[in-house]
Amino acid sequence: MGNKLALSDEILMSIEKPARYIGNEVNMVKKDLNDIDIRFVMCFPDVYEIGMSHLGIQILYDMFNRREDTYCERVYSPWPDLHKIMKERNIPLFALESQDPIKCFDFLGITLQYEMCYTNILQILDLSQIAIYSKDRKEEDPIVIGGGPCTYNPEPLADFFDLFYIGEGEISYNQLLDLYKEKKAGTLTRKEFLEAAASIPGIYVPSLYEVIYHEDGTMKERVALSEKAPATVMKQLVLEMTDAVYPTKPLVPYMKVTQDRVVLEIQRGCIRGCRFCQAGMIYRPVRERSVERLKYLAKEMLDNTGHEEISLSSLSSSDYSELKELVYFLIDEFKEKKINISLPSLRIDAFSLDVMSKVQDIKKSSLTFAPEGGTQRMRNIINKGLTEETILEGAMKAFQGGWNKVKLYFMLGQPFEETEDVEGIALLCERIAEEYYTIPKSERNGKVAITASASFFVPKPFTPFQWARMNTGEEFLEKAKTVNAKMKEQLNKKSMKFNWHDSKTSVLEGVFARGDRRLSKLIYDAYQKGCIFDSWSEYFQPDLWDEAINENGIDVSFYTTRERSEEEIFPWDFIDIGVTKKFLLNEWKKAKEGEITKNCKAGCSGCGAMKFGGGVCYEGKN
Amino acid sequence: MKVRIKFTKTGSLRFIGHLDVMRYFQKAFRRSKVDIAYSKGFSPHQLISFAAPLGIGLTSEGEYLDAEFLKVQDTKTMIETINKAMVEEIQVLDFRLLSEDADNAMSSVAAADYLVDFREGYYLPEEFLGYMKEFLNQEEIRILKKSKKSEQVVDIRPFIYEMEEKENKIFLKVSTGSVDNLKPNLVMEAFSHFLSKEYNEFAFTYHRVETYMRKEDGTLVPLIEAGRVIEEPVLVDLELTKEDETDSNS
Repeated sequence: MGNKLALSDEILMSIEKPARYIGNEVNMVKKDLNDIDIRFVMCFPDVYEIGMSHLGIQILYDMFNRREDTYCERVYSPWPDLHKIMKERNIPLFALESQDPIKCFDFLGITLQYEMCYTNILQILDLSQIAIYSKDRKEEDPIVIGGGPCTYNPEPLADFFDLFYIGEGEISYNQLLDLYKEKKAGTLTRKEFLEAAASIPGIYVPSLYEVIYHEDGTMKERVALSEKAPATVMKQLVLEMTDAVYPTKPLVPYMKVTQDRVVLEIQRGCIRGCRFCQAGMIYRPVRERSVERLKYLAKEMLDNTGHEEISLSSLSSSDYSELKELVYFLIDEFKEKKINISLPSLRIDAFSLDVMSKVQDIKKSSLTFAPEGGTQRMRNIINKGLTEETILEGAMKAFQGGWNKVKLYFMLGQPFEETEDVEGIALLCERIAEEYYTIPKSERNGKVAITASASFFVPKPFTPFQWARMNTGEEFLEKAKTVNAKMKEQLNKKSMKFNWHDSKTSVLEGVFARGDRRLSKLIYDAYQKGCIFDSWSEYFQPDLWDEAINENGIDVSFYTTRERSEEEIFPWDFIDIGVTKKFLLNEWKKAKEGEITKNCKAGCSGCGAMKFGGGVCYEGKN
Repeated sequence: MKVRIKFTKTGSLRFIGHLDVMRYFQKAFRRSKVDIAYSKGFSPHQLISFAAPLGIGLTSEGEYLDAEFLKVQDTKTMIETINKAMVEEIQVLDFRLLSEDADNAMSSVAAADYLVDFREGYYLPEEFLGYMKEFLNQEEIRILKKSKKSEQVVDIRPFIYEMEEKENKIFLKVSTGSVDNLKPNLVMEAFSHFLSKEYNEFAFTYHRVETYMRKEDGTLVPLIEAGRVIEEPVLVDLELTKEDETDSNS
């Protein structure tokens, strides 16, 4: 009666949440190994509950398994309790589906979602008993390939990966897998395969290049070591979202995972062009999925999973052109079936207030604004097209509709920030509170509750702020304290609360975000010292990181607090995201002047993404 | 209308927890599109309650849950419909209609049967099987019972109803439920001590065979007996239910 399990009962019963390691979920794909040529294992390098909530893997899992010759399985990071046991007893890491060791696979694909998972990647390789450095891998070892947002600067991880896939997975994987079959048939060696892969659009082979630096540590040039290594790698993207593959039978885990619901991806990209936002640039141009297709997908996925909730996924959902039709459809079709509709944060207007009142309990739900900056001056610098007037008007409408909870999101440490901008966060909160109390007492719904949260700004590649100086940890905390103190001076201080994120990991995130390949050794050493699960505050070990940084002679400020010159060559410049460096530089200059740039629907600013030949760039032009 | 469902939990799903089983059923009922009833209010939920939660690592072919339905087909159709939306390791075995005044599954539980097997690498069956009579002949069997809150020495002899060899395994019928809940591993711990053997928590595997309730005459019957097999489709008449409620209130 037992399915095969890689771990013994003794181990499974001695660790936390053994359900993380048994697979066998509803809608899991099962294949006969005799019928397939390629074994691919897809990894999200964090704990199961986080990894299983990721849409991208569900899409690729579905796409790979549509290929008859390929079986795609999954693996997530073993929690530290199991990590210890696996290391002590030399147990190889295994895939959930077949429970077979990862080292028996053809491909290990790892998604790179955030910088603080980098040591977890080494944990995966180490526990899989695959050489951590790609140069040490043997002919028969799995091909280790990385994808996801952090591949837009893959350089800190260059030594560990055989390949990186730059862009959206739906496009070039078939070509890569077809090529791999030639290697498997014995016509190509590992090295020949990697060289040949370099000419597939979007595939970057880090070992085919060498990077040379100036004496001051900045990059001088990137030298190709093979004729087959192209000078630039073009990001890949899906032009027709409506026709693109999308899973209609997503996996349904037994455990409670972070995203325990059907996720409907309505569009990719964002028209807004906020200058701090990497997603807003790398996913350009905006491409929408048709509302008819979304209606079909919603129904199919709810039927096939039995989930009791559905949510919409996209950047800036309010900009989706058929949002009204979609949301009212979901309410009409599924509310009666007791399906909870989880709304994304929407621009507050008559429509959003209407749907919020239909799907949420007004007493419990809150309004969300993301001004990101405390003053209009700051919001112009970051090109966040949200004015105080809009916020106050939206809040007032909501207050009149019965809401009394407001959440506001800010960022501290953005370029050209002055004390006035920092204090402005408290003042904006105060003004919202004052707005609430203009409503006659008899019509009010108790006290107003305003919660402002601030995260610390980390400059990212491929944004107008890639040239910017990042704040130090001390500066961040100082600014947070300034906001907090200013809050306490306000008339309505009792209705306001201010939270800020921990700054400790932000600095490291800053190092890796704009780092180069000299950092691979640092990640290696930090892992060897015992750093894993760095994004989990209870496991983050800043002392070990400091040790590794010192031993490697790394100057943190070189990567974080140094303002880059306009001429500097960046480690990620070899990637072509469509949006040009010239456009980004111009945006950086406009930021200095506090000049705003129109969003894509209001007018094209010539960012360069038009060259892909689709999306919002061509709307209304056919 | 209230129904009682008997189900299995086997294979690798012995490692999912009680709350996971609950969530699994909620989603399976939705997938199978059966007419289960929901609570009122802003976040409606299915009206389901479970009998005796099974510990992680144990398998079972005698699990129970009660649920409120609006409409049911005959027993056989209901079993088939739900099982189509289920995984192999959790399958519905029976589906019966409860009378409105039936006690709920959880409060009815009085006893359970287990088969205890010997995991490879620890003890051999013959080291235990021949000694059950002697073990049970003790006047009292005292053992330290640990819970999250307390530790106390208890006499478990009165709660072991049956213990005998079956197919080279140990068959146990023990008191179960909210009053005198005796877990089978505690019996095996006491048995190991009795035989002067070191107790190892991994030495045995446990499979629950059946869960019982006590009838008025004191006899134990499987929980499913409280329900009747459904021969014809039944539809809850919402109007009628309302009148019923008024009747019982008056």
